[in-house]
Amino acid sequence: MKGALAAGCRFFAGYPITPASEITHGMAYELPRLGGVFIQMEDEIASLGAVIGASLAGAKAMTATSGPGFSLMQEHIGFASIAEVPCVVIDVMRGGPSTGVPTHPSQGDVMQARWGTHGDHPIIVLAPSSVAECFELTIKAFNLSEKYRTPVIVLADEMVVHTREKVLLPSPDEIELVERPKPTEPPEWFVPYRDPGTGVPPMPSFGDGYRYHVTGLLHDERGYPTSRADEVEPFIKRLFQKISQDFDELQWGETYYTEDSTLNIVAFGSVARAALRAVKEARAKGMKVGLLKLLILFPFMRRKVTQLMESSSTILVPEMNMGQISREVKRVNQGRCRIETLNKVAHEAMTPEEILGKIEEIYG
Amino acid sequence: MAERRHIIYDYLRTTKRFPSLWCPGCGDGIFLGALLRAIDKSGYTKDQIVLVSGIGCSGRITAYADFNTLHTTHGRALTFATGIKLAKPELKVIAIMGDGDAIAIGGNHFIHAARRNIEITAIVINNSVYGMTGGQLSPATPLEMKTATSPYGNLENPFDICNLAEAAGSVFVARSAVYHVMLTEKLISKAINKRGFAVLEIISQCPTQYGRRVGLSSAAEMMKWQRDNTVTVEKAKGLSEEELRGKIRIGVLVDKEALTYQQRLESLRESLKEQVGAV
Repeated sequence: MKGALAAGCRFFAGYPITPASEITHGMAYELPRLGGVFIQMEDEIASLGAVIGASLAGAKAMTATSGPGFSLMQEHIGFASIAEVPCVVIDVMRGGPSTGVPTHPSQGDVMQARWGTHGDHPIIVLAPSSVAECFELTIKAFNLSEKYRTPVIVLADEMVVHTREKVLLPSPDEIELVERPKPTEPPEWFVPYRDPGTGVPPMPSFGDGYRYHVTGLLHDERGYPTSRADEVEPFIKRLFQKISQDFDELQWGETYYTEDSTLNIVAFGSVARAALRAVKEARAKGMKVGLLKLLILFPFMRRKVTQLMESSSTILVPEMNMGQISREVKRVNQGRCRIETLNKVAHEAMTPEEILGKIEEIYG
Repeated sequence: MAERRHIIYDYLRTTKRFPSLWCPGCGDGIFLGALLRAIDKSGYTKDQIVLVSGIGCSGRITAYADFNTLHTTHGRALTFATGIKLAKPELKVIAIMGDGDAIAIGGNHFIHAARRNIEITAIVINNSVYGMTGGQLSPATPLEMKTATSPYGNLENPFDICNLAEAAGSVFVARSAVYHVMLTEKLISKAINKRGFAVLEIISQCPTQYGRRVGLSSAAEMMKWQRDNTVTVEKAKGLSEEELRGKIRIGVLVDKEALTYQQRLESLRESLKEQVGAV
């Protein structure tokens, strides 16, 4: 929440849900004091609708929810994707499906964050594992959403969001902020969805004098609905291209003890913290184990993961679901090394002992 | 007439390919004309107006008009409109919805926007049917009417959109029909100038998907039906219950004053500023 405010977020629309309500409470308290807007909407569909409306009017806007609400938001994540409206959605994962286990941790929403809304679309998904990373990644989420004009999901598990720990916050002038590209030409020359070469068309706010049409229908460069094959396909490809062209910059992960390791763990969120502890204990026992902590889940950081695979005999993917990120790891592996998984769906935290047990089993 | 035609051309997009996608005889075009004339009289500039629409035939209105325009998802126009209005209160936000759009899939958003008294002009074009998807029954379809999904007659009670808006707390509620084009224009003007959540229901016709199924074979017949079955609020006062049976009241039904959400939010911010200053 502090990260969002530091990133310049001044509009929040949300709906109460455990375990994301703390974010909503904080925003309800802070935003009116900062001259911003907090509104509790009638449901999660409405929340993201209001966020998109505010963003079109020029505000940096966000919402926060958990699984059941995230399901409802998928409709408008698709809208923000096709209409290219910057916005940030925090999903605090809880046990699912449906109402599931509301107050317990899970990492079951990974693939929903990637593919939850219908149709082909790119998405950016960030995954913090600590309070400090919640702060940093929320700022990054706003920066990426502004830079690429796309919805960005911050996928945290319940444990990360309910963790209390000391953090050292940077002073505001140390924080780098990105603003959406704005048109520089006069309104009469403005073509709202023309690719300026970066893949990201400049975006005026409503009321700026650039009167243009925004729609969830597939549209041509001028923003008007089209079904022409020669306009539809380039549009979809540009949506993907604007993010995929920067894949190299979006390889955000941290490696630990990977200089000489042959068994490497790929993990994210609270599991990455348990994994780091397990790695340290395994090292103490003389096992050559390393860790790659993913801070960005999508676009999946193929380059960094495959680099690690080149020096590994085995990759272990522990996660609190039935195997969602491990699918991505297997997809990019293409026979480079052995992939082992450790899945926990008891909706309890994955412990270092459990990961260590699996490491010892593999080392066996 | 020449002058009137000129006004419309000032507000239609020149980059948008005409003709429109509406069927011959559709009420949406008549409404759009009235809307543009009302906006012209309102004094707002084109840059100050945001036109938001939902999904359906009426949802396509936004693309033709030269304002800040937003064609949203089905039923959700008011949620986007809420975000726009609160983030940039100086904009005049007008939401245009169909009957299925506003009170079926968007029913929840409709009552809550009314309850909050967000300053939005909410216009519901009611043709009693889902036109774009092939003529299915809507929550505004009268009992016993035959539609694509009620081939033996509608078993459901319809909503009265204006009663619903009033009960939910709208500070302005009015109704017209596209047949009464001058009244429509006048009521749009009033709704736009209202500070608060203003609802305007426009009874319209869908000759393609509705008229032919209910025995009104042309748009002209449907509009004559509008003429014969509506009565102004003023005239209704002098009529007996018997005479009013089956008649639809048109004109301003509710017009009251109340603080808007924006006004309450602004005074909250002011008081917080003072508190912070006092510390």
